[in-house]
Amino acid sequence: MSDIAERVKKIVAEHLGVEPEKVTENASFIDDLGADSLDTVELVMAFEEAFNTEIPDDAAETILTVGDAIKFLEKNAA
Amino acid sequence: MRRVVVTGLGMVTPLACGVEPTWRRLLAGESGASRVAHFDVSDLPCKIAASVPRGDGSDGSFNADDWMEPKEQRKVDEFIVFAMAAAKQALDDAGWHPSSYEDQINTGVLIGSGIGGIEGIAETSLVMKEKGPRRVSPFFIPGRLINLAGGYVSIAHGLKGPNHAVVTACSTGAHAIGDAGRLIALGDADVMVAGGTESPVNRLALAGFAACKALVTAFNDDPTHASRPYDKDRDGFLMGEGAGVVVLEELEHAKARGAKIYAELTGYGLSGDAFHITAPSPDGDGAFRCMSAALKRAGVSAGDVDYINAHGTSTMADEIELRAVERLLGNTAAQTSMSSTKSSIGHLLGAAGAVEAIFSVLAIRDQVAPATLNLDNPSVETPIDLVPLKPKARKIDVVLSNSFGFGGTNASLVFRRLDA
Repeated sequence: MSDIAERVKKIVAEHLGVEPEKVTENASFIDDLGADSLDTVELVMAFEEAFNTEIPDDAAETILTVGDAIKFLEKNAA
Repeated sequence: MRRVVVTGLGMVTPLACGVEPTWRRLLAGESGASRVAHFDVSDLPCKIAASVPRGDGSDGSFNADDWMEPKEQRKVDEFIVFAMAAAKQALDDAGWHPSSYEDQINTGVLIGSGIGGIEGIAETSLVMKEKGPRRVSPFFIPGRLINLAGGYVSIAHGLKGPNHAVVTACSTGAHAIGDAGRLIALGDADVMVAGGTESPVNRLALAGFAACKALVTAFNDDPTHASRPYDKDRDGFLMGEGAGVVVLEELEHAKARGAKIYAELTGYGLSGDAFHITAPSPDGDGAFRCMSAALKRAGVSAGDVDYINAHGTSTMADEIELRAVERLLGNTAAQTSMSSTKSSIGHLLGAAGAVEAIFSVLAIRDQVAPATLNLDNPSVETPIDLVPLKPKARKIDVVLSNSFGFGGTNASLVFRRLDA
């Protein structure tokens, strides 16, 4: 598992208050991890902060699963 | 109008989390005051406060995790967590957990706060300044709004009736209970979860109230003697924090389900000083008029009042209230006991009126007037028994509870023993 994937999963587990083992790449923030729309906004902010990057709103709308976030950040994060 | 009774009590105070441990410690003469240790007070003129005792939840300590999931706590200011704790206690105490749609829509929430999420506003404004608007959390607004205390409570317990909030500074808790009682009396709801909550023990709020010259500053090395209503050495109020919530219920609704009834909420009076933004009118006329209105609504005369839980903040305003009460009671003043429980728990601002309403109800239940601590040398003579230093066992059938707030907003509540 990449360093980015590990960090993403840690952030998700902390912010959504879920067990780390539930944070799989296929897990949907809303359907599987109990997030609501505000939680996902905050998660994107947490990714931006942690990876020192900017995630535009249209890109943020496509980040629905843990794997989506990892893929986006692997491509775009510094 | 329909009659309204109190069937559930809940509180978080500087003495304890929970009604019975708080009441026990109050009657034992304990103080919730201490030197502030969880943030820097070195440059503040007031370095003490009455803080809620945090702990693992045992022995009356407050453990936020017992009342709200950690991931939710992170999104809100503490006044919301305090309200969640007090509301759950009150609903459990009342044995009222509405599950049918009919019961849910007839149960409402009216919880207020004086200033709400001031700490979160302070912290987020720093984030805004340092990192810009993209770092402002989506939970910033919903976690600070005053009515979100009631919002969270309604969501947690499925309460779909009237959902309202009061913001009247230090009269908030009393206004919330009074207004909730009216909603029941007028038939808008059968049950109301009502009260006040506040979390002002932080640097910004202490600095702000200190700038108003309202806080005690002469007792930084002697916190437990700082709150001393009516005493000649008092020099300002002691900041407190916490929440008080009651379950109010229409009398027949309570009887039909065999609920335990603490007391009847018989009177509620309101008035405005129209005088000054922070100082009460020196003639005490606003206080007198709201007490008079509450007694009139309750259908009792001043001579019927056994105990008064005073606003008594340990400031210069104490004497104004005292004179207004003397005017109210007239030649029956010597029959009434009046104390300020702020001498023990400090001033809980928007929660004060609700916590003190609960003390008033417990005074009726246990036939005891809690003491005014630290009242060693009264600053003025009065025929009224100010219950100095030790609680007093006595007949208590009718209680008046006073709250007065910045802006000149006044509220009084009257509770009566049901069979009295």
